[in-house]
Amino acid sequence: MSDLHAYDAIVIGGGHNGLTNAAYLAKAGQRVLLLEQRHIVGGAAITEELRPGFNFTTFSYALSLLRPEIIAELDLVRFGFMPLYMRSHFAPMANGDYFLIGPDAAVNRAEIARHSKADVDGMERFEHDTARVRQFVRPLFDSIPPNLFSDDPADTERMAWLVKHLGNADKKLLHDTVRLLTGSIADFVDDYLESDIIKATICSAACVGIKLGPMSPGSGINWLYLSMGEHDGIGGSWSFHKGGNGGFTQVLARAATAYGAEIRLDSHVTRLITDGGEVRGVVLDDGTEFRAPIVVSSLDPRRTFLQLADPRELPADLVETIQRFRFQGITSKVNFALDGVPHYPAFGDRTDQYGGFINIAPSVEYMERAYDAAKYGWYSEHPYIDASIQSFIDPDMAPPGKHVMSCYVMYTPYQLKDSSWDAERENMADRVQATMQRFFPNFNDLVLQREIVSPDIIEAKTGLSEGNIYAGEFFPHQMYFFRPAPGYSDYRTPIRGYYQCGSGTHPGGCVIGAPGRFASQQIVTDLKR
Amino acid sequence: MLKHTPFHERLEELSQTQAWGNWAGYLSALRYDLSTKHEYFAVRNGAGFFDTSPLHKYWIRGRDAERFCSYVFARDIRPLKPGRAQYTIWCDDAGCVMEDGVIFRFSSDEFLLTAAEPNLGYFRQLARPFNVEIIDCSEDYASIAIQGPRSRAILEALTPDISDLRYFAFAETKIADTPVTVSRTGFSGDLGYELFIPAGDALRVFDALMEAGRPHALRPYGDEALGMTRIEAGLPLINVEFSSSRYAFTDDERFTPDELGLAWLLKGIDDPTRPFIGRDAIIRERMEGTSRWRTVGITVSWQDFYELFDGNGLLAIPDEIPVSWETMIYNDRDKRIGYATSFMYSPVLQCHIGIARVKPKYAEPGAEVFIEQTVNHEYINVRATVTTLPFYNPERKTA
Repeated sequence: MSDLHAYDAIVIGGGHNGLTNAAYLAKAGQRVLLLEQRHIVGGAAITEELRPGFNFTTFSYALSLLRPEIIAELDLVRFGFMPLYMRSHFAPMANGDYFLIGPDAAVNRAEIARHSKADVDGMERFEHDTARVRQFVRPLFDSIPPNLFSDDPADTERMAWLVKHLGNADKKLLHDTVRLLTGSIADFVDDYLESDIIKATICSAACVGIKLGPMSPGSGINWLYLSMGEHDGIGGSWSFHKGGNGGFTQVLARAATAYGAEIRLDSHVTRLITDGGEVRGVVLDDGTEFRAPIVVSSLDPRRTFLQLADPRELPADLVETIQRFRFQGITSKVNFALDGVPHYPAFGDRTDQYGGFINIAPSVEYMERAYDAAKYGWYSEHPYIDASIQSFIDPDMAPPGKHVMSCYVMYTPYQLKDSSWDAERENMADRVQATMQRFFPNFNDLVLQREIVSPDIIEAKTGLSEGNIYAGEFFPHQMYFFRPAPGYSDYRTPIRGYYQCGSGTHPGGCVIGAPGRFASQQIVTDLKR
Repeated sequence: MLKHTPFHERLEELSQTQAWGNWAGYLSALRYDLSTKHEYFAVRNGAGFFDTSPLHKYWIRGRDAERFCSYVFARDIRPLKPGRAQYTIWCDDAGCVMEDGVIFRFSSDEFLLTAAEPNLGYFRQLARPFNVEIIDCSEDYASIAIQGPRSRAILEALTPDISDLRYFAFAETKIADTPVTVSRTGFSGDLGYELFIPAGDALRVFDALMEAGRPHALRPYGDEALGMTRIEAGLPLINVEFSSSRYAFTDDERFTPDELGLAWLLKGIDDPTRPFIGRDAIIRERMEGTSRWRTVGITVSWQDFYELFDGNGLLAIPDEIPVSWETMIYNDRDKRIGYATSFMYSPVLQCHIGIARVKPKYAEPGAEVFIEQTVNHEYINVRATVTTLPFYNPERKTA
């Protein structure tokens, strides 16, 4: 072993959480090596120019839940951080009408009233009540969960704080919170709204990434989770990074490097080196070894515990829990290069409806039926599509006058019944394109190229087990102090010096950075002991 | 009744809001879109255009034009070559700033000045001993600013003559068969240009500009987005950062160039061959160290802003629209040490920024000061950090 291969900490995986963790550790003075298996950093947050001038957000497609603390603490603006504003939310309807929400509250009221006058204040009550829930859960979301099974004074303190915090809530707030954490989003919105398209627009945000429909209990927690994103302080609003999420992870890489971390590409870690229950380093697939007393895995829990680590060195109950941990990837991406602007007849020549998300979810039932197929191992005939013409938000994403459209597709289960994605990939994309054609009559004529990213491809390229974009389902029993397993929500592992910082830890997935940040806090705390 | 600029009929069609303000007697858009931030991002990440036609414009011509300008304006005009422009100020005898503007040199004896306020009478009075002619040509020209990273690509499609235009240079060219002066100037702190067009031909050039801008998502922006970009650029605005000393009643309303952060304009002030209005007073101010203020930037960190609201049970939602009042600044013992003249949340910088005047001993970059905010109907001081200006200065601005 040469000195060159000795570090204070090694971070496995150059996704956004690995990069965030490496940047924080380097900023705290650690000599950090980050190992990324691919030729680019970013993991599931990359931008690729698949056609000259056309930039595709291959996987994740928005700066969704990135914690503002990270922007400030890592001084990301200095490294080129630039979140662009997504000004609208456009939901086409089956009858050719639409629901379009934009930046002006009074105009939004008029648009809501066009669908239901009662929903004008219904929506405002819904937004106020859910904003209170967000405010209430935010301190839990934005801190390391207490380890319920630990005698550590830090955990006792965290637990005492949690009990006190829960005690501060009034009856309605606590009840609303529990309803969202355990119930269905469709049930919740029924208390406030009557227009189906407005309900569908809200419910659609609960159906991103999980194997549940809007009517399933459990969809509420996903809605709440995804609404924890904010842009410039506006709760529930997402932004788009300049150059896509690949632009964002390049910013993180510049920051990590500037703080002193070393990033090594094409470096596929196959296993840990351990000695007497302590981590000593890692081994690459070509046999190269790197040594460090701290190793942080940003991979998902299955890879972190069952692949990198030797399960024989772990407690049997942990191995069993991780084996039970549900992934069941359900989403695909179909990205289009377009020769011009999709035409929605009701808008004529207007294009301002394309300033944000385009939501193909014309009714609550449409989404629930789209989910039905997935229960029985098949993909939706009429998929729910969360789309965005990103070149309208950042003109540098496509050549002048041309466009790129990201289509996030639900529901496409990882495991197909009696078939495979190799056999069905094109058919699935055909359904997506046919759906777009149904709403935008010139769509087929505009398609220059399409990229199909089915769950198997997500798994193969990013390493996310079963293509689950969150590195593990957002079920209540897989969240907070159960993420990824009871007793292991504090980013530590049973192997001394081995930590986890991926989206399979609290709070969870999305472009969020919090797992990477919290893991670095835990590591720095442990180093001081 | 407010007047319409030569572009108005097109602008009216483009406006979703019909939200108009009054700029020098003209209807001037506060914003066109429902969102100011959307307009702002046109400038920071695409291209935006702003109708500057209400600016006052004066030809200064004649054998003594250079002598006159070097006497009236505090910034030395003599090194300015034809085809170049400069930002300038004019002061009173006490060395206080009256106003500012941009002056373009067309030839050895011909200049064009653009200014926010009327000055014809004042300049003509000063011009009496000189062989110089001042002509108000404000209504002869429509003017429009195209600002943002894509502005060059758009204008290049209309005229190749602007490709190599350097920062603060201008070219006389043709767009849509119309003679147009294109300068690489603007108020956004970004790559940008301004067009001066014979008023009668304004719409023809405008239509060509819109056509060239379409593939680049060129969008109009109004006064609110203009305010955001110019604060990020650290550019002072008359009647916000200062008002004309000519109309002041007290010394508290008067500011010297050094106090306004404009000392950089006074390069060569020691040159005895160029007397100008205010020179002696400014030299005296510097010798005696009597400057009362320094102009600085201040920033409030995201964490401090968040804590200010979250700590009081409120949602921390920053407002990017610049506040239209002054905000008091204190030291750590609650002693008032200055005030912010502009204050806003910057979406590209991800924190609050302000242009402020503070007592000189608090002006060091990095100094901790406290800015007064109203939260839950109470004044609360939040920590701020003194910085240099500008806040935002992309390489492309001058590259």
